[in-house]
Amino acid sequence: MPELEAVIGLEIHVQLATKTKMFCGCELSFGDEPNVHTCPICLAHPGVLPVPNEQAIRYALQIGLALGCEIAPRSIFHRKNYFYPDSPKAYQISQYDIPICGAGRLGDVRIHRAHLEEDAAKMVHVGSSGRIHGSGASLVDFNRGGTPLVEIVTEPDLRGAPEAAEWARLLRETVRQLGVSDVNMEEGSLRVDANVSVRPAGSEELGTKTELKNMNSFRFLQRGVEAELARQRELVEAGGTVEQETLHFDPASGSLTSLRSKEEAHDYRYFPEPDLVSLAPTEEMLREARESLPELPAARIERYKAIGVPADVALTLATDPRTAGYFENVVEAAGGIEPRVLANWVTGELAAALRQAEVDGGAADSRVSPGAMAALVRMVGEKKISHGSAKIVLAAMVLEGGDPEPIVEREGLAQMSDSGELEAIVEQAMADNPDAVARVREGNDKAIGAIVGAVMRETKGRADGGEVNRLLRERL
Amino acid sequence: MTDLLSLTALEAHEAMVAGDLGAEEYTAAWREAAGGDELNAYLWRDEGGKEAAAIAVERDCVAPIAVKDIFTTEGVPTTAGSRILEGYRPPYTSSAVRKLVEAGAPILGKTNMDEFAMGSSNENSAYGPVLNPWDRERVPGGSSGGSAAVVAGGLAPWAIGTDTGGSIRQPAAFCGIVGLKPTYGAISRYGMIAFASSLDQCGPLTRTVSDAALLLGILQGKDPCDSTSVGIEGGIALPGREDLSGLRFGVPAELRGDDYDSDVRAVFEKTLRKIEELGGEVAEVSLPSSEHGISAYYVIAPAEASSNLARYDGVRYGMRAGGDGDLVEMYEATRSEGFGPEVKRRIMLGTYALSSGYYEAYYGQAQKVRTRIAEDFSGAFGTVDFVVTPTAPSVAFGLGEKTDDPLAMYLNDFFTVPMSLAGIPAISIPAGLAEPEGGGTRLPVGFQIASPAFSEQKLLDAAYALEQGIGFDARPGGADA
Repeated sequence: MPELEAVIGLEIHVQLATKTKMFCGCELSFGDEPNVHTCPICLAHPGVLPVPNEQAIRYALQIGLALGCEIAPRSIFHRKNYFYPDSPKAYQISQYDIPICGAGRLGDVRIHRAHLEEDAAKMVHVGSSGRIHGSGASLVDFNRGGTPLVEIVTEPDLRGAPEAAEWARLLRETVRQLGVSDVNMEEGSLRVDANVSVRPAGSEELGTKTELKNMNSFRFLQRGVEAELARQRELVEAGGTVEQETLHFDPASGSLTSLRSKEEAHDYRYFPEPDLVSLAPTEEMLREARESLPELPAARIERYKAIGVPADVALTLATDPRTAGYFENVVEAAGGIEPRVLANWVTGELAAALRQAEVDGGAADSRVSPGAMAALVRMVGEKKISHGSAKIVLAAMVLEGGDPEPIVEREGLAQMSDSGELEAIVEQAMADNPDAVARVREGNDKAIGAIVGAVMRETKGRADGGEVNRLLRERL
Repeated sequence: MTDLLSLTALEAHEAMVAGDLGAEEYTAAWREAAGGDELNAYLWRDEGGKEAAAIAVERDCVAPIAVKDIFTTEGVPTTAGSRILEGYRPPYTSSAVRKLVEAGAPILGKTNMDEFAMGSSNENSAYGPVLNPWDRERVPGGSSGGSAAVVAGGLAPWAIGTDTGGSIRQPAAFCGIVGLKPTYGAISRYGMIAFASSLDQCGPLTRTVSDAALLLGILQGKDPCDSTSVGIEGGIALPGREDLSGLRFGVPAELRGDDYDSDVRAVFEKTLRKIEELGGEVAEVSLPSSEHGISAYYVIAPAEASSNLARYDGVRYGMRAGGDGDLVEMYEATRSEGFGPEVKRRIMLGTYALSSGYYEAYYGQAQKVRTRIAEDFSGAFGTVDFVVTPTAPSVAFGLGEKTDDPLAMYLNDFFTVPMSLAGIPAISIPAGLAEPEGGGTRLPVGFQIASPAFSEQKLLDAAYALEQGIGFDARPGGADA
């Protein structure tokens, strides 16, 4: 049997951080008393009508443009009909065949569509399991009901659980940087469902998929998808077939339980929402959305990689736009120093120094100016100080600010430029460590470390490690 | 007192503005008259209690009005003629009622109607049928039967109703008054309990065309609470046209069949001659798709209704039954006991029409017919100013006569549904009396005039001229015209 390939698509619900709900004037909230943010409209009293939230439309346009989606000149709201107490109208206003955002792409994954809809109310099932089965009563909190949502649907382009989680992180970062959502998975402002199937590697056909819900962290997303892939592989390898169903991920046990099978799937009886006219963004809305887009993580990563920054460092910078901006200022101040080196300093030593000093905020908010940071890296490059000394200087800069030179001076950390003085110390160290010298001469290269250590101790780190090595090897 | 009640709403308004008529005295006279309701036309009347505080007017200066019980009124029972909303007091007031109150029109009461506006006879009300003031053995038409009966029966100077497929025009015709269905979007639907959202429209039921114009002027306008509202540009002026010279009236060949009451047709033909006497021109036009109007309507309206009425589930307000069992049991018990048979029939029809696998065959096709009908009208209005038909194929029929035959009942809307599907305005004015089939008291016949979208002013002007020419002055229980 050929190897089975994973085929994964994601459906992501993003709660928009507008002031008010999608179709009424109620304030959005999280964690307030139940049912305080309600009105006749979001409680679906007889006779009420929805009025679309313009800010939500603007946010949806920003998301669509950030994902490179085609924007529909006129999109249509549909009613998705189903009976459940979390849906007071017994239908959700959503979009169906003509969504506001069509095909797009983020990173390596194609976007199928992104559409606007309203969130359901929150159900609390009283009882031990917290789920409706076996609970004695269910309570409904309509505060969340009607919160604007953008649902993003990908093509089934992901080929593994870690890739799915990594891509979901990139998406979250992208939406976060737009400033249109809190994107908090635990609070539910970002919810990721996965459609999972397997097929023989190389096949173009899609296998039967299952839909995974309730994975409220990236770790759970990865674990849930991994568990489901394992289940499907085992099933198919044993000659069985996958049944289309919706599965609920239990974070406590890491297991998946069936919510409903294909036979139990709803017929939502979609039809165009007659209470709303078609959604036609004006030129002004499109222009504003376009102009408001910051440089997004995917583009930033590509740009940094192009100037030699390693992929992982580029990703770290892209997920932190303020530090990335700081890094770019350092690059500018540093003149010809390689961005790769500067990026390592900013995301490595500077970040560590800030953590060490327990300073709040990132590099951009610190006392270390981009100019001073560049000057420090330049001093290392010109061998005016050693790497070790530079870390000491950086720790001082984090606390007191200012340029590195006076600190180097004050602390006596200037690299020993007089090789005669260093040669004397090297020879003394060899004399003090005859055993080590003997072992190196016998071929144990590692023993040289003891002699280097002695030199460094003597010079208080001001000696250049490379130079010390060179002098030692001449003599050994 | 009788003199006060004989004033039209416009006459009373002008007298109040001129200081010749005391508003309080006038309103009190109408409240007393409304109290004498023997037609089962009112479901609730304002008897001066505190419950109506939220819809009280600051200063009376417009004639008091009866409101179909489909419009929400804060704190005041609003049932839409259904058991499922028995005892429901809305937390907010509809835009139409708010506009009336702001204009200074006191609310006399809420009128009986077919449940959720589904019906053509008022017999589908959970609160009993309304009686036709001309003959209490007969229906007043529907679904705005209560609003038509109070105006015709001297229980209100004027009223508002709603029209989805003829629910203002047909009862106006059956009761011998004026009923106007404005262009879809002319008046806000906010707070008007939805039956079929893409068709529902509020409109006046009045004694005269001038009263209808005055009322439309108050009600029309774009409402931020209703995304589909547009309003009528330039507002509405009182009609003053004396003749019909230069105007062309089209009689649709497809809506001129022989399969309706001959007496009704006689009144219709007589009215066409009156149009010519007044200088108008009568021509034939073609609306080839209009005969499919009923079929399309009875797919689209139930489809939307099945969704609109899904919110009545016993969870948040209104009636609840079976609350001790599980969720599905509560839904089923509440909806089984709360809805009447016609509402259930339409919910099932509509649910079926929207089902996966049937959507294109039913809802999709019906929408195509709807588009064709709208195109037919656009084509006709290229050659004529108005399209005219009888309002209903018969005069008011007997109570219980058609309740066992839903299709016969649906055919009552044959002449009115095409305009609803096209979204265009149409008015019914009383054109004469006709003897019902099988004999009995001669009963009013309505004449329907339709015009292009948002041309209400032109429609009202023409209807006014024709109204003056016809000179219909018969009254229930009075002498024939």
